[in-house]
Amino acid sequence: MKLYCLSGHPTLPCNVLKFKSTTIMLDCGLDMTSTLNFLPLPLVQSPRLSSLPGWSLKDGNAFLDKELKECSGHVFVDSVPEFCLPETELIDLSTVDVILISNYHCMMALPYITEHTGFTGTVYATEPTVQIGRLLMEELVNFIERVPKAQSASLWKNKDIQRLLPSPLKDAVEVSTWRRCYTMQEVNSALSKIQLVGYSQKIELFGAVQVTPLSSGYALGSSNWIIQSHYEKVSYVSGSSLLTTHPQPMDQASLKNSDVLVLTGLTQIPTANPDGMVGEFCSNLALTVRNGGNVLVPCYPSGVIYDLLECLYQYIDSAGLSSVPLYFISPVANSSLEFSQIFAEWLCHNKQSKVYLPEPPFPHAELIQTNKLKHYPSIHGDFSNDFRQPCVVFTGHPSLRFGDVVHFMELWGKSSLNTVIFTEPDFSYLEALAPYQPLAMKCIYCPIDTRLNFIQVSKLLKEVQPLHVVCPEQYTQPPPAQSHRMDLMIDCQPPAMSYRRAEVLALPFKRRYEKIEIMPEPPPRPAQPTSGKKRKRVSDDVPDCKVLKPLLSGSIPVEQFVQTLEKHGFSDIKVEDTAKGHIVLLQEAETLIQIEEDSTHIICDNDEMLRVRLRDLVLKFLQKF
Amino acid sequence: MPEIRVTPLGAGQDVGRSCILVSIAGKNVMLDCGMHMGFNDDRRFPDFSYITQNGRLTDFLDCVIISHFHLDHCGALPYFSEMVGYDGPIYMTHPTQAICPILLEDYRKIAVDKKGEANFFTSQMIKDCMKKVVAVHLHQTVQVDDELEIKAYYAGHVLGAAMFQIKVGSESVVYTGDYNMTPDRHLGAAWIDKCRPNLLITESTYATTIRDSKRCRERDFLKKVHETVERGGKVLIPVFALGRAQELCILLETFWERMNLKVPIYFSTGLTEKANHYYKLFIPWTNQKIRKTFVQRNMFEFKHIKAFDRAFADNPGPMVVFATPGMLHAGQSLQIFRKWAGNEKNMVIMPGYCVQGTVGHKILSGQRKLEMEGRQVLEVKMQVEYMSFSAHADAKGIMQLVGQAEPESVLLVHGEAKKMEFLKQKIEQELRVSCYMPANGETVTLPTSPSIPVGISLGLLKREMAQGLLPEAKKPRLLHGTLIMKDSNFRLVSSEQALKELGLAEHQLRFTCRVHLHDTRKEQEMALRVYSHLKSVLKDHCVQHLPDGSVTVESILIQAAAPSEDPGTKVLLVSWTYQDEELGSFLTSLLKKGLPQAPS
Repeated sequence: MKLYCLSGHPTLPCNVLKFKSTTIMLDCGLDMTSTLNFLPLPLVQSPRLSSLPGWSLKDGNAFLDKELKECSGHVFVDSVPEFCLPETELIDLSTVDVILISNYHCMMALPYITEHTGFTGTVYATEPTVQIGRLLMEELVNFIERVPKAQSASLWKNKDIQRLLPSPLKDAVEVSTWRRCYTMQEVNSALSKIQLVGYSQKIELFGAVQVTPLSSGYALGSSNWIIQSHYEKVSYVSGSSLLTTHPQPMDQASLKNSDVLVLTGLTQIPTANPDGMVGEFCSNLALTVRNGGNVLVPCYPSGVIYDLLECLYQYIDSAGLSSVPLYFISPVANSSLEFSQIFAEWLCHNKQSKVYLPEPPFPHAELIQTNKLKHYPSIHGDFSNDFRQPCVVFTGHPSLRFGDVVHFMELWGKSSLNTVIFTEPDFSYLEALAPYQPLAMKCIYCPIDTRLNFIQVSKLLKEVQPLHVVCPEQYTQPPPAQSHRMDLMIDCQPPAMSYRRAEVLALPFKRRYEKIEIMPEPPPRPAQPTSGKKRKRVSDDVPDCKVLKPLLSGSIPVEQFVQTLEKHGFSDIKVEDTAKGHIVLLQEAETLIQIEEDSTHIICDNDEMLRVRLRDLVLKFLQKF
Repeated sequence: MPEIRVTPLGAGQDVGRSCILVSIAGKNVMLDCGMHMGFNDDRRFPDFSYITQNGRLTDFLDCVIISHFHLDHCGALPYFSEMVGYDGPIYMTHPTQAICPILLEDYRKIAVDKKGEANFFTSQMIKDCMKKVVAVHLHQTVQVDDELEIKAYYAGHVLGAAMFQIKVGSESVVYTGDYNMTPDRHLGAAWIDKCRPNLLITESTYATTIRDSKRCRERDFLKKVHETVERGGKVLIPVFALGRAQELCILLETFWERMNLKVPIYFSTGLTEKANHYYKLFIPWTNQKIRKTFVQRNMFEFKHIKAFDRAFADNPGPMVVFATPGMLHAGQSLQIFRKWAGNEKNMVIMPGYCVQGTVGHKILSGQRKLEMEGRQVLEVKMQVEYMSFSAHADAKGIMQLVGQAEPESVLLVHGEAKKMEFLKQKIEQELRVSCYMPANGETVTLPTSPSIPVGISLGLLKREMAQGLLPEAKKPRLLHGTLIMKDSNFRLVSSEQALKELGLAEHQLRFTCRVHLHDTRKEQEMALRVYSHLKSVLKDHCVQHLPDGSVTVESILIQAAAPSEDPGTKVLLVSWTYQDEELGSFLTSLLKKGLPQAPS
């Protein structure tokens, strides 16, 4: 059993597990941090961005000035942004039988895998994962397609040229695998290969393996997976949370008794407490708005935004901000808000019971009804008419490289009254801001990552006691920026096996059992050869030694044995003690029986009748196995 | 012999009061707990004293499963759990759990407040009863205990309706509840995988009907409604608040929009809006079309349909009214019916099945003079139409579901005996599956042959494989090992391993037999002759002549000795263990016959 590790990103994993002759892909994460190396795609022509100077080598050679632009000392690729795909060469991906998706963030590379590798299998995911995953993909495609960019830079990727570039471009990895965004057609085709599953549903794969999604508590429909045969169990833990937010709580008990637990998707900000961050978010928001500034929240169209809206629902009235408009701008804003209300079965208990009343589970329904929250597909159209300042705008993309957020950065960046608050933990906010420098607006970093932290992980591991833990190498050492924090790594016994991109791990399984079925009836007696009239040869009678006789166990109490012998008509019995036991002599029959703790030896004349009688008497005292 | 036993306490050759007891592999499950709309006395609830006379129901039943929120499937639940007394788990889907208490409360109000019944369950009892409910997801495998598991499948019929698979080890039963095999305007079609249960318990409401296409029925319905309102008549459509009502509302709403009609449509009781809200929040349980378009247009937000007020019934002019309950046995629908029945311009459309004893059933069977309370006689002049909009599978649908699940046998409930008889024959002839239709209180017993899965140690399996012949799939094969049973965990291991695990020492039993032979030759020569003799006889065995002069056949040791007193006699000592008994005993008898003359 082997694990092929196709992604180096610990929270956007992509691993392939070969288990009992099935090939199972665990998640399909797409590393989008690569887009930070590109210039933002403005919705409206931006004089600032279009007039950035081209970059030239130290010797003045400017042959790259069409592809690379310089902004405040940073160099950016002026091209359609590209994403870093999972490894496609390590294993023949057309042999993948199934893909298991654990949450909507971890399926963003799906179209690349299902549409371009000869994949013919099935993808399994829960309904909220698919619906919200579709929204995330739709938004991404929309963001990129609505600002067509003629230029696709490739010269800089040449290995010899890349070496000459400044950091971070110089250090960008796997640039040859970077790809442009997929199309909506590819998204639809990929999603059509998904089969919907529910928590705790047992799915049989080829009769050899059973896979089961479990609630992971991180997002709507997010799951961990159990992959098991009758006697081996692998738990795949990805993006889990023990905090009480909107999703159903994490199912921990079902992870017990695993041979191997693959652990991915821990918090990216282990030092930040999500609750504290939410508090900071609210107070910074209030401060800015009170001073007449606008607040920009770069975010994904689903997930933490629901929690933030719920917090604001409770907070704005008490903070006297109920007249400040909240805008949610995304091509899928409406769908996301609507979908959030129909997945009652996937929500935490509190929200579930609201539906029984029946009331919508999330309070943003009320925010919309009272016109406090308004949503628009983009800044074009109705939004420009309704737009009032100061206001709060939730919009994507958190990388600040595409989407309506680019427009607001350009619009509000010059005023120190405004604030941009980063809540999504996926991108370094400093890198995200780099192409907008110099910037006058305030920047607040309140990353909210509800996934497991290291304290919770060590508690979880103690609770579920896997025999072995496998995790990305990043988790086996403290973060590079906090190398003294030995508490910010996984600590377990035996030490976790770590993997990095493009590695293959042999999983330490000790297979000891296999499943068979036994018949309820006793086996038929082997047919006795009927004594035919034909003259038999001696060798025909040679017994078949394949019939195994049972092993014996127990010991023979001499006194009782002698009594039994007497009862069965043996007389003239003499017992002698020896160093290890006794010898029972049947003088008449010239027979000697040595009895010791663990052995009995019957020595007699060649009298089969006698021998069988004695044997049966001895067997009476012994157990057969 | 293991067996599955099924006893209907209700819905046996009858519609109403669904309640079926199933015993499978030592587990007892109660399927549905309904009330009968045709009775107002003791007979309206199942006779739970059948389950146990004096013991607690909780001790006897492992779980209760409710298939959907219709009262003939859940109406007796608070009585059963709170008044008779049951504290075990009750399983149902989320929408059922949401809607069920509302209908129970409605039912209680009619029974207690309107009819003044005493000794009925209270509102608090409904709440307490619902606390015992465990909600299940579709396709989730719910482990009731270590052995009993249940799984819900989509059934169509009404919002949240489910079929349930009940499984213990390799034995299983599927109970369909009520289901619908064709998608309608708001729900999808029932679906089950090829789960091959030992028994499929299916409803058979429309056992003899093959219904025409839904489109025709819809057109018919709209035509009749339209004609009636055109000539100024009033249309009464008795429905249950949830289910058919929403389907017909969608139908009328789109028709009104298309034809630009202004005649008012009303929906009685305050439940409607609430009911529609449930549909909005449980969109994933509706059909594909609604699920796909709900973001743009939620089908359950009606523009033309308004809330009904009691006073409207006396308004002049045409109108369409949806009123509850659906069988005209009580409540608002019956009140309106009494007001409108005398006018031949009016029409009542019965869109669903009516059980015996209800006004709905009486007018459908052609009765035109109805005796009401207080010896009043009501003459029915209004037109009476029946339109089967009930979302039950018809004969074709039932056959289709049996084909999908591939059960070993089928058991019919929730239907009329005569119709069942017909379907039973059809199933037995066409599908060659045995079929049962027990009456209430009658028990059907089905023998089963469950498989016994055990874990075989890899060591033992490899030893078996080494003996040649790979194990052939699904062919029985004999092998020797020790079965260790621990906490319902069965393992088959080699005898050696079993002894080791149990901490027992092996006891060796050895035999040594003296075989006397008349021979004057030296011992060494004897041994050599024994060796060549055995070598020629035992061609398939490993016969060896050891340097110390002894001969071995496999693990059997033969030594030649010369007793000092008689030089003409030699003794062969043949020694073997209990495990080699066959061969050892064979060798002694072989040697006893003497050795063949040496070739000179």
